[in-house]
Amino acid sequence: MTLELLAMLLMIFVLAIFLGVELISKVPSILHTPLMSGSNAISGITVVGALVASGEGHNMLSTLLGTAAVAFAMINVVGGYLVTNRMLAMFKKHEEKPQ
Amino acid sequence: MNFVAESLYIVAAILFVIGLKRLGKPATARKGNLLSSVGMLLAIVGTLIHFEIMSPEYIVVGMIIGGAIGIILARIVQMTEMPQMVALLNGFGGLASLLVGWAEFHRQYENVLNPDIPHTIELYTAVTTFLTVVVGGLTFSGSVIAWAKLKEVMTGKPILFTGQQFVNAAVLLAVLVGGVIFSMNPAENYPIFIALMAVGLILGVTSVIPIGGADMPVVISLLNSYSGIAGCLAGFVIQNNVLIVTGSLVGASGIILTNIMCKAMNRSLANVLFSGFGSVVASSSSGTKGEVKSVSVEDAYYILESAGSVLFVPGYGLAVAQAQHVCRELADMLHKNGTEVSFGIHPVAGRMPGHMNVLLAEANVSYDLLKEMDEVNPTIESVDVCVVIGANDVVNPAARDEKGSPIYGMPIINVDKSKTVIVMKRSMATGFAGIENPLFYKENTRMLFGDAKNVLQNLVAEFKKG
Repeated sequence: MTLELLAMLLMIFVLAIFLGVELISKVPSILHTPLMSGSNAISGITVVGALVASGEGHNMLSTLLGTAAVAFAMINVVGGYLVTNRMLAMFKKHEEKPQ
Repeated sequence: MNFVAESLYIVAAILFVIGLKRLGKPATARKGNLLSSVGMLLAIVGTLIHFEIMSPEYIVVGMIIGGAIGIILARIVQMTEMPQMVALLNGFGGLASLLVGWAEFHRQYENVLNPDIPHTIELYTAVTTFLTVVVGGLTFSGSVIAWAKLKEVMTGKPILFTGQQFVNAAVLLAVLVGGVIFSMNPAENYPIFIALMAVGLILGVTSVIPIGGADMPVVISLLNSYSGIAGCLAGFVIQNNVLIVTGSLVGASGIILTNIMCKAMNRSLANVLFSGFGSVVASSSSGTKGEVKSVSVEDAYYILESAGSVLFVPGYGLAVAQAQHVCRELADMLHKNGTEVSFGIHPVAGRMPGHMNVLLAEANVSYDLLKEMDEVNPTIESVDVCVVIGANDVVNPAARDEKGSPIYGMPIINVDKSKTVIVMKRSMATGFAGIENPLFYKENTRMLFGDAKNVLQNLVAEFKKG
């Protein structure tokens, strides 16, 4: 790990935090639950790390830990996106009023 | 570095950003979610071509198991149970990060043991790895406790004991000391690494048990943020940009929601996390006692039938009674009757941010009828009837008027200022915070006792008769 690389990773980190703050701060409260489950699905990005750990075939323990990580991250990803989609599908604006 | 894979990572990051942006508007939210899921797919594909995959069979097994469980969970979950679901998913995200951190540390540890390759574990790796497993572990165990509280597997009341602060401080200190010792010489200190994971798990438990059920919107938002931070830290461990970017986005979004929830209760995050709010029954009922006027379903029907405008104010009781559908039915009846109907939603009503909105959307209530607190308060004097369904503290005028009240300063929906208030409630019991609600004794308040769903059904029946 060189200092340059560390500085670059930190730079990415800080900029992404600011971007996240800008993106989220204007979300209306009616969407807070889907926003949370949707961003939750995104946090399943750990699956990327899990795939590497599981697939490298380095040693048995790392592989098993990685495989478990893949499974849990996939629950997070698949469950999160699907349930968010299910919720959002319910948000409707009815122009015509029920008679 | 593989150019194709890196490009896919960049595209994935862009899709996450656009997806999150679109999630912020009702009209585009669904598409936003879809875009972000495409981003995830690209990130996965990028990873599979980036790295030499020696044992794809394990990956396939993990993906199938995880994917199948995810599909089932997303299908069967009831909308009233969304807070539990999100808590659980947060926890799994945290656990995945913990496992990634552990797997990576173990890989490096094996390399150190191998005399053929000269290898040492860098300080950078040691620090980021131990932070990953601690944050991942505390996200996991904290989420499991939050899930248990929401599911009512364990008590929703704050669990407090003497010396709690001391225990928390000791656990935190253990993390710091253990982290330093481990980082100084990671290869020699595998047992300390294991201990750190355990301490992280303990920290999650000790930090969530003192938090009461009604403060769960804050806790879930915070755990959401932690799950992002854990992913971000795992990104530092394996030096992967897309993990760092994405984890930070989620971390930031969780923190913002946490902040919004705290503001909506006029409490600091520290107060929510450490005070054990709601554990002591407030004794200061400041003599606002008056007469409670209870009405029958029939009387309530006449009040509603003649109202020009009705504002529903739902709370957690609506979710508990699963009364969202029949509530919408009543709203339809009123609308047919020529009444102007809308819903006033307090930001912390329910057990997670936006909980009420999801329930009402499920019941087919058009989202333009769902009004935020700041939208309904300015004109609430002109509302003929406010119908409070299973809400208590969020409509308690003591928060506005009584300086001594524990919830003083918390913004409320000022239903008491409308012409008539109908409060649907099971009994006169106090709300979560254990605080008397002067609203129930007001001149213009009518109490309609009973299970929310039953009462609403009876009201609908009255309308059908009439």
